[in-house]
Amino acid sequence: MAENQFFIDSDKLSEEALARKHQLETDPSSRTNHMEYMEGMEQIDSDIRQKTLTEMQAYDYSKYTERDVRMALSHETCSIEDFKALLSPAAAPFLEEMAQRAKMETSKHFGNTVYLFTPLYIANYCENYCVYCGFNCYNDIHRKKLSADEIEHEMKVIADSGIEEILMLTGESRAASDVTYIGEACKLARKYFRNVGLEIYPVNSDEYRYLHECGADYVTVFQETYDSDKYETLHLLGHKRVFPYRFEAQERAIMGGMRGVGFSALLGLSDFRKDALATALHVYYLQRKYPHVEYSLSCPRLRPIINNDKINPLDVHEKELCQILCAYRIFLPYVGITVSSREQKHFRDGIVKIAATKVSAGVSTGIGDHESKYSGEESADAGDEQFEISDGRSFDQMYGDMESEGLQPVLNDYVYV
Amino acid sequence: MNNDTFKIGGKEFTSRFILGSGKYSMELIKAAVENAGAQIITLAVRRTNTKKNESILDYIPKGVTLLPNTSGARDAKEAVRIARMARELGCGDFVKVEIMKDSKYLLPDNVETVKATEMLAKEGFVVLPYMYPDLYTARDLVNAGAAAVMPLASPIGSNKGLATREFIQILIDEIDLPIIVDAGIGRPSQACEAMEMGAAAVMANTAIATAGDIPAMAAAFKSAIEAGRSAHLAGLGRVLERGAAASDPLTGFLRD
Repeated sequence: MAENQFFIDSDKLSEEALARKHQLETDPSSRTNHMEYMEGMEQIDSDIRQKTLTEMQAYDYSKYTERDVRMALSHETCSIEDFKALLSPAAAPFLEEMAQRAKMETSKHFGNTVYLFTPLYIANYCENYCVYCGFNCYNDIHRKKLSADEIEHEMKVIADSGIEEILMLTGESRAASDVTYIGEACKLARKYFRNVGLEIYPVNSDEYRYLHECGADYVTVFQETYDSDKYETLHLLGHKRVFPYRFEAQERAIMGGMRGVGFSALLGLSDFRKDALATALHVYYLQRKYPHVEYSLSCPRLRPIINNDKINPLDVHEKELCQILCAYRIFLPYVGITVSSREQKHFRDGIVKIAATKVSAGVSTGIGDHESKYSGEESADAGDEQFEISDGRSFDQMYGDMESEGLQPVLNDYVYV
Repeated sequence: MNNDTFKIGGKEFTSRFILGSGKYSMELIKAAVENAGAQIITLAVRRTNTKKNESILDYIPKGVTLLPNTSGARDAKEAVRIARMARELGCGDFVKVEIMKDSKYLLPDNVETVKATEMLAKEGFVVLPYMYPDLYTARDLVNAGAAAVMPLASPIGSNKGLATREFIQILIDEIDLPIIVDAGIGRPSQACEAMEMGAAAVMANTAIATAGDIPAMAAAFKSAIEAGRSAHLAGLGRVLERGAAASDPLTGFLRD
């Protein structure tokens, strides 16, 4: 399998830092045990990880045939075995049939609605060295953490555009962006938005409870890859390196009282079929344990970052992505599926008619630059972006485009109770 | 037929078709309401909770009774809070209690539904609880002050029709409140059958929303519901399970 070349050296790093970076990259023994919880990380009693990873490891997608795919499509409910067939290479010739079936399932559960939201990055400090991410601590980018006033200003600009659902993100640094800081941001967000989601570093269940009380109700954590060996080679430093703590984040969020949780693998990092299987099974097993919770899936593919424009999603082309999304929809008809601005307009416009239920609009992955993005006025001191986006449509454009695709844009479907 | 009305919460309705609004574009709501001849339309409070000027309320023709639902509530307390929001939003006193603790099948929680019905009825709401068709729950709902009972035909959105037929029939036979069949009705013939059974009304959403032509399907449901109601009032003839009745009765030998 082809690989991305992730390692980029900055000439601004000290010799010492550079040496440490190279050691982490080349000498596995210099890295911590990624399966061991760090101090302060809550350990919960759960069998979800073992169930999910066992299924994933045993998945041999090359053994599925056209017949398995036909059978899967003929079944009224999609079993795990059926889902495995739909994710396999044997299903590729059935993409149109899968899309037809997926569309039917989507319309049964969601009608022709499509939800709109926007992400708001409030800080890009990060303590981790994840080799593919623009925020990684060795990447030379402009760092910024918004003050409470700056956050409120960004929120006003976004809210004025018409958006009612916000997803707040930070880089993963407890030191720079602690839980109280994020909690205060949630309280501000409740003033301007109907629905507040978080995509931050994983925290303990009592901290999730605090954030929920501050106004957040949805937590999204991307596992990036479910292959723990591969995970170890991509997350070389920092708390994010701890694979099981990250895996259990959604369950801790549920224990903390969050209404909904989101999941994803970052497609292109590892074997995408296995990662897609594990992502869906992560949801499937949690849903059986916590049936009252709302679940959602995303499907990000690798994108170029500042200082490394070569990063790409390898073998996950649009057709493969579409196959994954159709399989997700057929296996998990009730979950929300979000397609972000990592994808281009033509793909997002097409996939919302098949399987996706939520799209972002008016997106910036930088820090503190919504006004300049929305009004064209230059912002003096914005923090750099996490990755390049592929669909820069504003909220109004997206709203209009979704309507002209025959869909009903929905800004809010939620009450905080 | 004009004298054939049913009452909920002191209001009298001639249409027995309750229309859902959640799954299709707002421009189509007006046409759907008109073609359905609907006098009651449901709407999700959580969807109405929007700042956008274009509220669903603007698209609903005047004179139609709003039936806000509490979808999103996971227990009785949350349902009560959402119902109060509906009242504040100007949706009136009618409320459809929907309490689900399962995001996959969206089946109603009967125990919490009874609790919410009691609390809301005490606050003066006209309560229409969505429930799994169970006789004991239905009786509890009557005692809790429900204005009607809304048993599900099959899982919501499934379009599978009257999977719970026998149990809905028991509610129709035993409960004095209007029984409104809700959820899972997928085609006009199924709505017609529910009405033949003696249901007071039928509610549909997904069946309309997923149709090729939404206003045309609304009209088809209207006709089917009216046909079923007429058949019920006319008194259905008996159905012979196996072939014809014997022309020579077994008891023909008896003398006075």
